[in-house]
Amino acid sequence: MADIKNLTRGIIKENPIFVLLLGMCPTLGVTTSGTNGLGMGLATMFVLILSNLFISLLKNLIPDKVRIPAFIVIIASFVTIVQLLMEAYVPSLYEQLGLYIPLIVVNCIILGRAEAFANKNGVIDSIFDGIGMGLGFTMSLTLLGLVRELLGAGTIFNYNIFNLFGISDPQMMLVFILPPGAFLVLAYLIAIIRKN
Amino acid sequence: MTYILIIISAVFVNNIVLSQFLGICPFLGVSKKVNTALGMSAAVTFVMVLATFVTYLLNEYLLEPMHLTFLQTISFILIIATLVQMVEIVLKKVSHALYEALGVFLPLITTNCCVLGVSMMALDLPSKFSFVSETSLGLAIVFAFANSLAFGLALTIFAGIREQLQLTELPKRLEGTPISLIAAGLLALAFMGFSGLV
Repeated sequence: MADIKNLTRGIIKENPIFVLLLGMCPTLGVTTSGTNGLGMGLATMFVLILSNLFISLLKNLIPDKVRIPAFIVIIASFVTIVQLLMEAYVPSLYEQLGLYIPLIVVNCIILGRAEAFANKNGVIDSIFDGIGMGLGFTMSLTLLGLVRELLGAGTIFNYNIFNLFGISDPQMMLVFILPPGAFLVLAYLIAIIRKN
Repeated sequence: MTYILIIISAVFVNNIVLSQFLGICPFLGVSKKVNTALGMSAAVTFVMVLATFVTYLLNEYLLEPMHLTFLQTISFILIIATLVQMVEIVLKKVSHALYEALGVFLPLITTNCCVLGVSMMALDLPSKFSFVSETSLGLAIVFAFANSLAFGLALTIFAGIREQLQLTELPKRLEGTPISLIAAGLLALAFMGFSGLV
């Protein structure tokens, strides 16, 4: 039966980024700012919840041998929906995220949850799992984006916090917004968060 | 000249792994030994060039004329998945030695985002390179080949670094993934030295 554990598990204990280490490409690629991280996280969460829902509904109809292609088609359909919705309603974010939106299809988290969870569990549980994993993913991406934005540009969600302290032109470390910064910040966040 | 510029740009300046973050999963997953890294690179080269060839033709002659470009994501991923299966079957029949060498890596490539990413980027080269005025099939294939070289280069260098890393003593929290990511970050920093080359 529906269990609240399915909801909370994805957020901390099996956090997709910091613990399971799945879905690294968008994690590193789009998190140049908190806003981008949040947008990408929400788009992925949308796909994750709906694909979990539909796969758990259809799991008895899909023959076991062709399940992976079937899952990919279901996921790709929802990705196309997200793509069109974002192009229509948040065009600036759509431009920023660019190629990474269609690439949600090959995000390991989504296929991973479909195979490991939605294929074996009921509808409500699968939705809970999708929400939990999606929230964990969104929170991690936003955190990574915020740290990079703060260190690299001195802003939080595009709000310049240095103005509060009367510093008008802070010298920030641009490298954290550039590609190497993504690897370094993620490495240290994992090191800080992981349990030994 | 355009071909050479595309190759230099893709391999060094805009390295697909280190500056565009495509194909990070195999980059972290199969980079423990130089030999497996080389096998993976060969398999990716094969599939990426073939996939870009097929998806470019599909887009040019079917999706564009019929205004079905919104089906790009679905059709491309299906083509890549089918292609990988087909390559596996053909290799098994034709060259068993090659199948033995690449076999394990082939199924992994379906969910490798660099193949899908490259086949999508190859449709619109002028927006990536100022010196390209129009995309053509030839350019798309050279672009795919160059990117697979870039992937192979990054993967092989990184595997070499990781082989050394296994021998070092580290703080417990940095062991495993964090130290690999730091090494990748430093490698990306080194590759930034190439920016402005093209």
